[in-house]
This record gives sequence, C-alpha cells and structure tokens, in this order.
Amino acid sequence: MSEAVIKTEKLTKRFGDFIAANEITFEVDKGEIFGFLGANGAGKTTAMRMLCGLSTPSSGKATIAGFDVYKQTEQIKKSIGYMSQKFSLYEDLTVLENIKFFGGIYGLTNQQIKTKSEELINHLGLQQEAKKLVVSLPLGWKQKLSFSAAILHEPKIVFLDEPTGGVDPVTRRQFWDLIYDAADRGVTIFVTTHYMDEAEYCNRISIMVDGVIKALDTPRNLKDTFHANNMDEVFYELARGAKRGE
Amino acid sequence: MPIIWTKYFMNWPAAPNAVNKLIDMKQILIFIRKEFAHVLRDRKTLLILFGMPIVQILIFGFALTSEVKDARIVIMDQAKDAASKQIISKIAASNYFEIDKTVRNSQEMKEALKQGEIRLAVIFPANFYDDLVHQNEARIQIIADAIDPNNATTLTSYINSIVQDYQMDFNKTNNIPYRITPELRFLYNPELKGAPNYVPGVMALVLMLVCVMMTAVSIVKEKETGTMEILLVSPFSPFKVIIAKAVPYLLLSLINVVSILLLSVFVLDLPINGSVLLLFAESILFIITCLTIGIFISVKTNTMQVAMLISLMGMMLPTILFSGFMFPIENMPVPLQIISNIIPAKWYYIMVKDIMIKGLGFGAIWKETLILAAITMVMLIISLKSFKIRLS
Amino acid sequence: MEAVVVKNLVKNYGKDKIAVDDVSFSVKPGEIFGLIGPDGAGKTSIFRVLTTLLLPDGGSAIVDGSDVVRDYKQIRNKVGYMPGKFSLYQDLSVEENLNFFATVFDTTVEANYHLIKDIYVQLEPFKTRRAGKLSGGMKQKLALCCALIHKPVVLFLDEPTTGVDPVSRKEFWEMLKQLKAQNITIVVSTPYMDEANMCDKIALIQSGKLLSVDTPENIIRSYPEQLYAVKAGNMHRLLKILRDYDQVMNSYAFGEFAHVSFRNPEVNLNEVTTYLKQQGMEDIELEKTAVTIEDSFIKLL
Repeated sequence: MSEAVIKTEKLTKRFGDFIAANEITFEVDKGEIFGFLGANGAGKTTAMRMLCGLSTPSSGKATIAGFDVYKQTEQIKKSIGYMSQKFSLYEDLTVLENIKFFGGIYGLTNQQIKTKSEELINHLGLQQEAKKLVVSLPLGWKQKLSFSAAILHEPKIVFLDEPTGGVDPVTRRQFWDLIYDAADRGVTIFVTTHYMDEAEYCNRISIMVDGVIKALDTPRNLKDTFHANNMDEVFYELARGAKRGE
Repeated sequence: MPIIWTKYFMNWPAAPNAVNKLIDMKQILIFIRKEFAHVLRDRKTLLILFGMPIVQILIFGFALTSEVKDARIVIMDQAKDAASKQIISKIAASNYFEIDKTVRNSQEMKEALKQGEIRLAVIFPANFYDDLVHQNEARIQIIADAIDPNNATTLTSYINSIVQDYQMDFNKTNNIPYRITPELRFLYNPELKGAPNYVPGVMALVLMLVCVMMTAVSIVKEKETGTMEILLVSPFSPFKVIIAKAVPYLLLSLINVVSILLLSVFVLDLPINGSVLLLFAESILFIITCLTIGIFISVKTNTMQVAMLISLMGMMLPTILFSGFMFPIENMPVPLQIISNIIPAKWYYIMVKDIMIKGLGFGAIWKETLILAAITMVMLIISLKSFKIRLS
Repeated sequence: MEAVVVKNLVKNYGKDKIAVDDVSFSVKPGEIFGLIGPDGAGKTSIFRVLTTLLLPDGGSAIVDGSDVVRDYKQIRNKVGYMPGKFSLYQDLSVEENLNFFATVFDTTVEANYHLIKDIYVQLEPFKTRRAGKLSGGMKQKLALCCALIHKPVVLFLDEPTTGVDPVSRKEFWEMLKQLKAQNITIVVSTPYMDEANMCDKIALIQSGKLLSVDTPENIIRSYPEQLYAVKAGNMHRLLKILRDYDQVMNSYAFGEFAHVSFRNPEVNLNEVTTYLKQQGMEDIELEKTAVTIEDSFIKLL
C-alpha cells in the first residue's frame, strides 16, 4: 500500500471573480507517474503552482510530501524538484558548474555533489561536454541534463512542466527512460505534456477543463470509458466543449 | 572554558538552526559564485562595469571645471593711453583671457557680444588716465553675457582682480590713493537668474532623451516581437516603416516644447524675446535630428533593453556635458571642445539662447541651423544604409 | 512550374554551426508541404531563406519562379508569412490587425474576404478585443487570416501549432485543408509527427539534414521491416527486457505499446511470448501494427 505523497481536497484558486482552479481533489501515490493534462488556460499552471508551494490557495486543503501547502511551503520546496521548458539551466555556465550550483542550492555536501555529478555525467554520456557551456548543447541533451539536475537531491516529488517540447522522438524516449528510472527509485513524477502518447506512459492521468478536473483514471480505463482508441481522442472528447480559451 | 561553551550550546534551543544557517551561508556563497561567473563571462557588461567609471572620471576631471582659461573677450579702448594700454596688456598676458579683438565703437561691441563666443567686453572711457591722475578716480565698464550667471560672475571677478592689481601697483608708485571703479553690466540676464541658462539647456536635454529613446525602443520592439519580420516580407518598404515610426513622436515632442515654453514664460518669468515661430521651427529641426539618432540606434541594436540603455545612459551624459549649459564649453580642454561639436544639443542650446534670451533672428543662427541639418542628413543616410532588409 | 524549388541549400551560423546542410526539395502548386522535425532541425532557417529574410550560404531557392536572392522584392510582394511567434500587434484589436496587414499589402479586407471567411467567423465575436488578450488558438487563427488577406501565392507557416492545445491544432489543420481548395500552396513546419499525415508531401528533417522527402503514404510504405506492438503490464520493465533480447532489432516505447522489430522476418511470435512470460511479464499482447511517420522518423535517425 503506497502512501499518498500528494493529497488535495477541494483546492481552489480565485483571482477576483475568476476561479482559475476549482475544487481540485485527487491523490498521487509514491513512485507514481502522474500525468496532468489540460488545454492552455484550463488551470494546469495555477494548480501546479499551488502544489509547488509557490502560490497560496484561496480555499481547500493539500499536503505535499506530508507538508501543509499553507503553512509549510519552505519544507515543500525542499522536498520537491522542478523543471520546466522555459527555464532549465544557466546557458552561460558549463555542465559541471550547473550541476555544482544546483547541488549546492539543494543543500548537498561537496562530497555528495562530486559523487552525483560523476554519476550523472556518466549516465548521460556527457563526459566530453562536461566543461562546455550549456548553450552549446543540443536541445535534447539540455532537457535530459535539466531533469537530472532537478532530481539531484533525490526529492520525493518532481514536477515537470512540458519537459519534452520540441524535442526529437528518440530523445523524448530517452528522456522518459530517465523518468522511469527515477520512478523506480521511488521518486513521484508529476508531469504535464501536450504529447498524447506520453500520456500513455503515465500510471494515471487527470484532464483539466475550465478549471475543473473532468477525468482522472488510468489511460486504459479512460479509453474504455470514452470509447476511444487513443488518448488523443479522449482528450478531444473532453476538451472540445471547453469555454475557456477564447 | 569548554564547559561554558557546551552549556551554552546545550541550552541554545536554536542549535539545529545554527546548522541550517550554515547551510544557508553555503547556499549564498554558491549563488555568489554563480553570479560572478555570469558577470565575468559577459564581455559587454564588463566593459561598462570597468570602462565607464574610468571614462567618467577622466571626462569629469577635465570638463568639470569652472576655471576660466582663454576666455574670449573684446576690448573697446576709447582712451588709448598709458593706463589703458597697461591694463590691456596685463589682461592679454594672463592665462584667463584671450583678447579676440579690439572694437572701435559701441555697434561693433554689441555685434561681438551677440555672437555668443564673446562673453565679456571691457570698455575704457576716453580720458581714462587723465581721470585717474587728476581726479583720483576712473571708471571702467565691464559688460558680461550673463545668461550663464556663474560664468559671468567668474569672468567679471577675474577682470576685477586684474584691474585691482594694476590699481595697487599704481598706488605704490604714487602716494595718493587712486581708485578704478568697475561698472558691471550683466547683459540678457541682469538679475543673474538661473532660468535663462537652464531652460534652454533642459529643453535640449529633454527633447533629446525622449525622442531618441522613444523612437529607438519603438522600432526595436517590432524586431523583438517578430512583427518586423512580417513587415519585411511585404511590399511595405523599410523607409516607410521608419518614417511612420518617427512621425508620432515628432508631434508629441512639439507638445512638450509648448508646455516647457508655457511654463517658463508664465511660471519662471522668462519671456521669449525673439520670434516664437523661429523657435518652433528650430525646435522641429532639433526634434528631427534626435529622431534620426533614435533611428540609428534602433538599426544597430536588437533588444529593447540595450536600446533603452544606450538611449538613456549613452545620450544623457554627453548631452549634459557637451551642450554647454552646465559647464561652459570654452573652459574645457580643446579635444573635448572638438567633441562637443558633434553633439546636436550644443547647437540647439545656442539657438534657443539666441532666440529666446537674446531675442536674435535667423541671421544670428543660420550657421547652427546648417550644422544641425547636416548632422540630421548624415544620421539619416547612415541609418537607411545600415537598415537591414534581412535578418542577421 | 513548381511553386517552390530548393536545391542544395546550405546555411551556416558562425563556423561550427551548420543549420541547413545540403537540402533539396520541391513543392507543387496547391500542395500542402510539411517540413517535419524537432527544434533545431533547421526548419526556421529554411523558412527564412525561402521568405528572403536570410541569404543562403550555398545552393539556391526559387519561389513562384523568383530567385530568393535576386528577386527578393517580388517574392516579398506575393507570399504570406507566419513566423513562429504569433507575431501580431498585441495592443491592436483583431480588426485593426487585419486592416493593417491588408493595407501593408496594398489591398483591403473586403477584396479577399472570401478566403478568410470560414476562419474569421470564429474571430468575429471578438473583433474589438486586443490581440494580446486572445487565447493561443485564437491568436493563431488571427495570424493565419492576416497572412492570407492579400491572397498570397505561397503561404509559409513556421510552426503554427506549436504550444497550442490539441483541439486547436486539429481545427487549424482543418482550416488548412480547406485553403487547398483555393489553390494556395502551403508550406508548413511542425515538430508534431502526427500532423505529417495531413500533408500531401513531407520532408523529414533533423540536424539540418533531410532524412526523407515523399508523400506520407510512401514513407510509411517504405519502412523496411514488419513492425509489432507489444504490451505487457509494466512498460519500463518490458522495454528493458526487449532491449536485452537478442531476437529484437529495435524496440522503443510508443504510447501504451512498445514498437518492436525483429531480426528474423519469419519470427515465431509464440516463441517471443513464451520468452516474455519467462522473464516474468504478464498480460502479454503481441500483434502486427501499422507503421506511422514517427516510426519512420525514428528509423531514419
């Protein structure tokens, strides 16, 4: 029986009259790969911000890694990792410097940083590139490196915000290999994506429409429920009537 | 001793916190190291960081001087006697002044002062020596261009001290105390107010900054958002884009001119002594000059940030320094004086002074007008030539 | 006459970066041509050369009979271009943007309204809203209208569906299909492999090099082996097992299945199933599967 590392109950965020996220309720277990889907403007980013401790909910409850989302945001931040497409690494620092920096920020000791950076570089095959500036790496490598940096401190949960945008199919799969490895080690993965086939890689998915979770289940069950052949069709069914996005 | 420490630690409820604080320290240090890396790897920022203070110190050190040096003056010697000649040679010998010429009558003197390069005139009345010797008292007239009151008072006090010097010498060789009384007249600004100097200067500064920055930023914004790309791939010629960008700021800046003039006339008590129409016309010219500089900056930069930086920082300092309203240009070393010639604000400042304060007409400022027009043409041509009809 | 002809195109940035490496393809008039590849593949560079925004370092390109270097002015008069960033004037309204671009191209909105009518009806309720306040999907539609309003001969769309939700993406491609009926040639780039099927002809591109140029059907048909889909409980473990299995030539994740090709074309599927069971896998499903563009892309990489 796995413990729930993310637990939310009617989590809501209001901006004036506008309810960005409406009574979000769900649980994510340890080591689960949880896909968080939804159209742009559906409320995904708002919800994720609350879960990361970056934004205070207007109402409702939530605990992340056992910490309360209202009162213990600092502890939450220490137990999670975060990676987004917009920001990953410092382009004018080298690969090694980036790893050292993030290791230090997460509070790892020098010895730990040394061990982990060697592990990481070998695992990703970046031995030649270790001293090169990140800006010179191809996009796919940057993304893989960025993910590894986000879990350097072995957080309980890692939040991935559209991590594989624009990357070629082979690299995407290599990226998901990394995600699988991390999940095997007990890291819970909370990922948002626009690639519907990646939704299939998840243990469970939720689909947000107009600020509300309209569906939450395993990919297989969702396809059965909506009589769909693939996640694309499921998503289309649900998101089609969305009012937001105008 | 150790016992005290242990007791201290044991009783300190925040002991674990101390360890946390240490980790925080380490985090801060790591962050600092990263920031160093960012800064040191950015050549352009480094240049500004270290280069700018050096340049500023040098320029300010040399330009920022109220010391008078080789100030151009004219002399009207109606006496032509021993005393006047001696004083005149003393003046000529001093480093402070350079006698531009000797004028023969009032008319010539007025003309010389109008020209603006002559800041001061010394007039020896017809019977100077005689008056001195026979009546023990003679007068000297000193007329100073007082638009820049500080400069004027400095110049007059130097002349005064030279005259007093002569007076002392004269008294030494003779036993009766003789007195030479200088009559001071401050032209154009008899009350020695600051406004006549500052208003033209601020007008130049404000128009320069606003026009340059707004035009530069607006054009670069199109580059940054990508709409410039679409415009390029269209029949709309780049020349039209530039003109269309500049025109709104021309009109808006004229409004600025109006408000500054209204304020200076009604609030600062500074009347416009010359033709308002001419003032407007020259202002339009100056605004156009500034717009072309803005266009040039936009052609050469690719981000709004850099455009703003160059427009504000890059233009502000030279304009303040070299327009001449804060620090008289004649007091600067020659190389800096030469540089000041390419600063459009210098010429505009002279024109506004001449029209507004001195009440002169186009005849006095046609030279400056021509120079501004030339600068504008050059900037426009360079901008059009450098305008990239393609990316990169 | 072909709408677009690209011959041995080369584009460099600095001395180490080759963005476009000897690319050649051609587009027929009225065709929807897709340039399919990930970020950094060279798609935007190719587009910029074709729209005369960049000069090629080698090779040549001709758009509607005009050379991109010599006759750039003519090309700029007759093509439509949508660069990848929804570049519209954020603080102008929908109709102001449309009017502006019509004027820039020396025409009026009325003149070619029939071209954009089907798309614009969705925007019309918002026509006084500032472009910056539209959703991603709406901005995209507006950008398309602005690019079409002067009835271009060739329409260049650089990643028009990137960053947009799947529903809007579908709608966008429906709109493109309808434009074909107006005989406008459309050259579009996208990183999404599934959109390749909507094109008449595609070019697969990666790291500046063309992997293949053909109709989607032909590319799929030319896949050398039979592809199988395998499913068995835990994907991660399944992939590991397949990777170590000597019968397997290629295997990778593909949605809920793993796509596998075997060394032996006459492979015994029962043998494979038994092996997997031995390795501890359960609920095994194993069957032939159709090849998709993504499979082809992976094969060609």
